[in-house]
Amino acid sequence: MANLLELRNVSKVYQRGLISSHATVALRDFSLTLNEEEPTILTVAGESGSGKTTLAMLLLGFITPTVGEIVYRGKNISGLTGRDRMAYRREVQAVFQDPFAVFNPFYTVDHLLSVPIRRFKLASSRSEARSKMEESLSAVGLRPEDVLGRFPHQLSGGQRQRINVARALLLKPRLLIADEPVSMVDASLRATILETLRNLQRDYGVSIIYITHDLTTAYHISKSIVVLYRGGVMEAGDVDKVIKNPQHPYTQLLVDSIPWPNLEQRWGQQPIQARSGQAIGEGCPFLPRCPHAMDICKTRPPLFQIEPKHAAACFLYDKQPQIAAEKLSEQLPA
Amino acid sequence: MTTVAMSPQQAIEQPNGLVLLLRYLRRNKGLAVGLAIFLALVLFTVIGSFTVDLKHAYPLSVGLKKPPSWQYPFGTDFFGRDLLAAMVVGLWQTAVIGILAGGLGTLIGVILGFIAAYFGGFADATIRTVCQILTPIPVLLIQVVIASSLDKRDVTIFTMAFIVVLLAWMGPTLVIRSQVLTMKERQFVSVAKLSGVSDFGIIFKEILPNLLPFIAAAFVSQVFLAVFAAFYLAVLGLGPLREPLLGNIIWAATGQGAFFNGWWWWPIEPSIGMILILGSLALINMGLDELANPRVRRTE
Amino acid sequence: MNSMTTTAPDARTAMRPATAATPVLRVEGLEVTYYTDLGRAKALDNVSFTLNSGEKMGVVGESGSGKSTMALAMMRMIKPPGRVEAGKVWVGDTELVSLNTEDMRKARLGKIAYIPQGAMNSLNPVIRIGAQMVDALKSHDVKGSSAELRDRCFAALHSVDLDPGVFRMYAHELSGGMKQRVCIAIGILLKPQVIICDEPTSALDVVTQRQVMETIDRVQDEINAAVILIGHDMGLMAQFVDKVAVMYAGRLVEVATVREMFTDPKHPYSRALIASLPNLENKGVFQGIPGLAPSLLRLPSGCAFHPRCPHGNQDPQRSVRPEEVTLAGGRKVTCHLYDAEGVKNG
Repeated sequence: MANLLELRNVSKVYQRGLISSHATVALRDFSLTLNEEEPTILTVAGESGSGKTTLAMLLLGFITPTVGEIVYRGKNISGLTGRDRMAYRREVQAVFQDPFAVFNPFYTVDHLLSVPIRRFKLASSRSEARSKMEESLSAVGLRPEDVLGRFPHQLSGGQRQRINVARALLLKPRLLIADEPVSMVDASLRATILETLRNLQRDYGVSIIYITHDLTTAYHISKSIVVLYRGGVMEAGDVDKVIKNPQHPYTQLLVDSIPWPNLEQRWGQQPIQARSGQAIGEGCPFLPRCPHAMDICKTRPPLFQIEPKHAAACFLYDKQPQIAAEKLSEQLPA
Repeated sequence: MTTVAMSPQQAIEQPNGLVLLLRYLRRNKGLAVGLAIFLALVLFTVIGSFTVDLKHAYPLSVGLKKPPSWQYPFGTDFFGRDLLAAMVVGLWQTAVIGILAGGLGTLIGVILGFIAAYFGGFADATIRTVCQILTPIPVLLIQVVIASSLDKRDVTIFTMAFIVVLLAWMGPTLVIRSQVLTMKERQFVSVAKLSGVSDFGIIFKEILPNLLPFIAAAFVSQVFLAVFAAFYLAVLGLGPLREPLLGNIIWAATGQGAFFNGWWWWPIEPSIGMILILGSLALINMGLDELANPRVRRTE
Repeated sequence: MNSMTTTAPDARTAMRPATAATPVLRVEGLEVTYYTDLGRAKALDNVSFTLNSGEKMGVVGESGSGKSTMALAMMRMIKPPGRVEAGKVWVGDTELVSLNTEDMRKARLGKIAYIPQGAMNSLNPVIRIGAQMVDALKSHDVKGSSAELRDRCFAALHSVDLDPGVFRMYAHELSGGMKQRVCIAIGILLKPQVIICDEPTSALDVVTQRQVMETIDRVQDEINAAVILIGHDMGLMAQFVDKVAVMYAGRLVEVATVREMFTDPKHPYSRALIASLPNLENKGVFQGIPGLAPSLLRLPSGCAFHPRCPHGNQDPQRSVRPEEVTLAGGRKVTCHLYDAEGVKNG
């Protein structure tokens, strides 16, 4: 049975300018396998420039990889046509960060929900479409009559984001890319939205890739985590292990900076070394900021196994067994 | 799932469309005045075409060189044209040229602009380069050259419209192209793609409706350019001489030395007419520019 | 580019020992109404609080709760159709609401500084950072030679851990975190007594966020200013502030020390907020707050929170507006469940 979606050694490189070929590696040698039988919630964590957005765009088929391939049910997605392409679109969906930008200002908010129903033939009549829309809106805590027929600027940010999530509920894709779905939403609404996403996975078997830089919500909702920095995987594994016992110096810095809403857990035990603007060359991307930098770090560290379902790309652990980039998914719990 | 306690009904009445339009016009006085003048001109033409004998707009129909009177409220000219009838027909013909040339120019602009922006690559490079090469060409010169090299009998209002469009389509093309380029990157287009909408669906259903204000503004400015071009070509004597285009009337009047001969009404009336037309179009254009700015649309 | 280290502050106790318990900021009965086409919205309803120098207060609430409006009202930056209807704002000895335009302009940045949300995007892209800083000084009639003014700017940049070289840079050459720190530097140039930061770290990643907050902490220590941090990230509040004020539908519903707020919140809305927060212990447990924040144009009768409150479906919540009560220890709550002695019976 073919896997739902596979990324095989995918890299994305951006060339800037014709004369000075200044190449930025947005994502380096990334491999991931998503299986339909084991829907999971995977967090891809990183700051801006880490490659997480590039990964989302690649998964959604909006950009093509420079190296490597992305395979949907056994077929390369750049070659998909016709019915296969529609199936891929139907099964891979997204919830984006900005609640306002996803709405076409010319239409009412109904448009966001009615268009996919029509294109994917999810309802056989207008009244059936309407009742599906109402059902998904109610499921996210909105009253359909308060929301349908309104224009996006007439609603609050929270309502708009809930409608975005309702769209995902309506479509019930196989894979949902959630790119910072709650970062522009008030704290009081976050729990509700995250719960809806979790229920999508638990009750409807939707795999979710949760992209964020907020490790508190990541810990709360996901099972596994991949930490990216400047296009490379720093650490990956079971989210409990990675957050409670981070091994890579970058992850340690991240976890130390989490503002836990708990007075006993203080941030800031570790000093921060500012990021420099230099290109990283061939070594470990974290080298300029790492307190444990060694000579060998000038070459790229592979992933080393720390414990089952926990790996880090750091030469501090070079006594441990190495893991090939292709086997990343094995480190992630189902 | 958490129990969902709904807040009470949040209906806030939205005032209906007409009220909002009138409120907006109160704020945007330029647009209001422009529209008012334009409406007045339209009424003049429409009522005129029912009440005045339009055959009198052509030479040798009525008595010559009569000043304004009850019988001929706008007077008559050297060639025996009832100037009231001439104005009515002339306005109508100006409208035809304007809408034809303006509409055609806008249509070309929309089609080429969309193709260039949405499909990019070779099409974009070609269209863009052609526009950029043609834009600096002095339009007046070319129009005069073309119009004066035509056989006088071939010059009709349709050839006038064609001459105008020839060098007018580049502006709308570039404007629409840049608008589509920005809009193409907006997230609602990505979401539409995710919802399975085809490329054409995205162009027509997602992007085009948001461009309507720009297209309307481009249309009005194209009409303005067309009317203005027809006017100055006619004033130079290059228009369809038989037709009572306002520019033609002025050309004929200057040719006969109307002012010096005391027939003041002859050139003045078409001049006023032209000022009103161009003025109203300019005001509407400026008003629409403001409307196309999305920040203004938050009146709802 | 920079590679400076910032050191973590010592572990703090919940309440910073007040150096001198002199209230440097006193807000009394601030009211703001917006007159819109669709009706009147009361954005701020009788908001009062005090702040001592050296104290940090966090203001949390949903969008539309009035937190940014409060900051703008204090800076007298409310634009029509909004209007400050009533209230007084005392910074030190100066009352701001009654100042004339010119004096208020001087007071801004001089006595009270405001770092708005997205401040880093409001840096002028075509003028060097240094020129913008000197501009700020000059427009507040700071006299001195260019060298003296420049030194003042260098000192401010140093306080926020930025290299003096930043003075000559343009905004686009800096990262998000650095730009935000520049805004803080501008904010402290004139050593104001009160600094208001409106979501200063919302667009920044977690590590930069920590760096910026530590910077604000240190800067505040240096000039002994009072800081108001507006936001909705309770985690950030827990790590940074001494006092927390919770706003709902334009009113202050609870003011307590940060320890009190996180261990024993009183107002049902505060309780729900704290309960919804993810932490290391409650993985997988979601407790959102049901319902939606009310529109300010159509507030519910009685207590604005009652439709979403577990105790809401009874009188007097449904019909009577609750008034603010001061509890033991100086805590304030605006809720029918409490009177001055504590929880009411029944």
